[in-house]
Amino acid sequence: MSAGVGVNLENLWIRFGDFVAVRDANVNINGGDFFSFLGPSGCGKTTILRSVSGFLDPSEGRVLIGGNDMAGIGPNKRPTALIFQNLALFPLMKVWENITFSMEIKGASAKERRKRADELLDMIALPGQGDKLPSELSGGQKQRVAIARALCAEPDVLLLDEPLSALDLKLRQHMRTELREIQKRVGITFIYITHDQGEALTMSDNIAVMKAGIIDQIGDGKTVYNDPSTAFVASFVGENNVFRGKVKEIRGDEALIATNRSGDLVSRISTANQGKMNVGDEAMMFIRPEALSIAETGTSGDHFVTAKVNHEEFEGNSFNIFTEGDGGKEIKVSIPNLGQTFEDHTGQQITLEYETQNAVAVPAGELATE
Amino acid sequence: MNNLFLRVSIWVYLGIFFAYLLGPLVIMAITAFNSNGFPSVSPWECFTYAWFSELFQDERILNGIKNSIIVGIGTVIMSVTMGLAGALILTQVWPKLRATYYTIVIAPILVPGVVLGISTVVFWQRVNNWLGLGPDSILADGLFLTIIGQSTFIASYCMLVLVARLQRYDLTLNEAALDLGATHTQAFRKILLPFMMPALATSAVLAFLASFENYNTTTFTFGDYPTLTIELAQKVRYGISPAISALAFIIIVLTVFGALTNEALKRRKELQAAASGDTVKKVDGGFRLPAILSRNPAMIALIALVAVIGLSTVNAMSHNPAQCIADVKEERDMQRTLEAEANLRALAERRAAAAAARAAEAAANGEATEETAPATGGSSQTGGTGAFGNVFAPTNLDGAEEEPEAPEEAPASPFGSVFDPGNLSTAEPSGGN
Repeated sequence: MSAGVGVNLENLWIRFGDFVAVRDANVNINGGDFFSFLGPSGCGKTTILRSVSGFLDPSEGRVLIGGNDMAGIGPNKRPTALIFQNLALFPLMKVWENITFSMEIKGASAKERRKRADELLDMIALPGQGDKLPSELSGGQKQRVAIARALCAEPDVLLLDEPLSALDLKLRQHMRTELREIQKRVGITFIYITHDQGEALTMSDNIAVMKAGIIDQIGDGKTVYNDPSTAFVASFVGENNVFRGKVKEIRGDEALIATNRSGDLVSRISTANQGKMNVGDEAMMFIRPEALSIAETGTSGDHFVTAKVNHEEFEGNSFNIFTEGDGGKEIKVSIPNLGQTFEDHTGQQITLEYETQNAVAVPAGELATE
Repeated sequence: MNNLFLRVSIWVYLGIFFAYLLGPLVIMAITAFNSNGFPSVSPWECFTYAWFSELFQDERILNGIKNSIIVGIGTVIMSVTMGLAGALILTQVWPKLRATYYTIVIAPILVPGVVLGISTVVFWQRVNNWLGLGPDSILADGLFLTIIGQSTFIASYCMLVLVARLQRYDLTLNEAALDLGATHTQAFRKILLPFMMPALATSAVLAFLASFENYNTTTFTFGDYPTLTIELAQKVRYGISPAISALAFIIIVLTVFGALTNEALKRRKELQAAASGDTVKKVDGGFRLPAILSRNPAMIALIALVAVIGLSTVNAMSHNPAQCIADVKEERDMQRTLEAEANLRALAERRAAAAAARAAEAAANGEATEETAPATGGSSQTGGTGAFGNVFAPTNLDGAEEEPEAPEEAPASPFGSVFDPGNLSTAEPSGGN
């Protein structure tokens, strides 16, 4: 997988006056990777992207593209192409002129450009649309034109700044797969910015989860989802139920946590925090809604939770049960709909069960706000 | 009822408003076709194009138009360039500085044109002297000074127009261009400039019109190159001619024609956009042309052409302006002759009457003269004769009779017989009073 050019961020700091937008980011992006920066809006992910593309100078640290320090090299000299959040298609140029803008400024002939535009239009499945204006295209088509325009510049690294956020859900899901396919076909490095964890998980080889300028965790989708290193990552990536408490006992890579409401519960300690959590520490334990199931009433133990059902809902692919939970937050239980009969538990006390390896304990920390 | 009243009042108001706005123009346009030597409508003499030909034979007016166009083009180039630069800086400058900068750049609009004119002349004269250049240098040249002087405030107008468009510019387009490898110059030329084109065209037209009609500033700066407004002002000083109305008519027609064409082009573009399913925002309000005109500008051109040709042919067929003018002239001459004759006759009559009167008087006076002739001959004051009676009659001048006046005359006595009573006939009236 060394087809593309790698990008390295070394001790990258970016400040705007007193405000620290990016704090000591260290990221190694392998050539040819689809790498996502995932975080809520305002966490500094776009700032990182702009420093890679050259619109922002780092306050400290270095940006390396293919091993070369990019300091002092302007955006028009970097081997990157950026797809803007609003796409920034040139409104007065036709589609083919938009796509081949990077060739035009190098002085390529119109004939040459037209040919290349047609190739790229074929690639993005918009053949024969070259003579339209961007305003005459639909959202998804514009999206693809923007990608073609960026690819026409033959960049080593393609940067995408939430390019799907303006599209509706169906189109967004379709474009995810399309983007991933294009990336595999051209084999260059993609750096993708998003606040949508679904996008990040489905497309990315690796994900960096960011919170307020700090990169909390870097790993592939499965790691970030299953083995979060902080409470923020655990709560931001996917749905999660949180149990607060104190570490009561450490058993190798498992911990017994005395929760505030639900008694002593046993949990796996996340990989990043093994050996770092001690008895008496404030801790948080996370269990996914789909990892909980209903047990026989009355059973108890360190992987059983008893709670009163507030309400229930039917979501199609699953039944959701919401019970009283920790600190006003409900515990959500998702039971896959396999055609079984489903009894109404509203108002009842029920016992929930989970497998120890499906619960993960991290040191107490800030949760992602929804 | 109330509603009806309101509607009627609105129409009346509109009528008055437009009459106020357009009335003078209409009247001026009409006077351009009246053969009367003074621009007027009411003593309508003849429909004529003569004033147009006179206009185009007027060297000074033509020269003024030429200078105005040169100055206009120069001002457009200067103002649009400076306006664009000013607008770009306004969008780039520090937010805190923006208000101050805006005030400074807008200030020339608020300064009276006269002040701008004087200061332009004074300033460039200083610069000229400072550089040690003679009075023939470019810096003292009328064209240069006029263009510079007008541009000082017209550039601000341009800037206002351009800023409005620039505010709608998506700055990420610039970044996109840079990101795709364009230099700043390329991004400016290929992305920003095409985007600004409509506003640039608007501001260019605005600048040209503002330059063309400017008088206040130009009057100080024109030097050897009087513009049209200057020429007109100087001409009007020696009396106004319908040739000026003809010029006004041409300018009005060109303006209206330009506006209609522009409107038609705009509608056309809108329709095209609508046809291609694009959601271009319709400009609400504004002047709407009838459907036929709004679709194609060619239609307007055609109508204008037909109107001109039609008018000319109808005119040529039914009406011969030269003949009419000749008629009118003849009529006027004849009238003048008649008047003169009448005057002469009146004069003669008056003279005859006067002569008769005199004759009668003379006849009446004939006897009187005979009666009064001695008196007249004696003292030349017939009235006086009566008043004094015959007191001073030479025949009465005896020494004894003089007695009452003697004391007054006494000092004269030493002169002896100088005051001989026989000489007193002429001296007496003054002496007696």
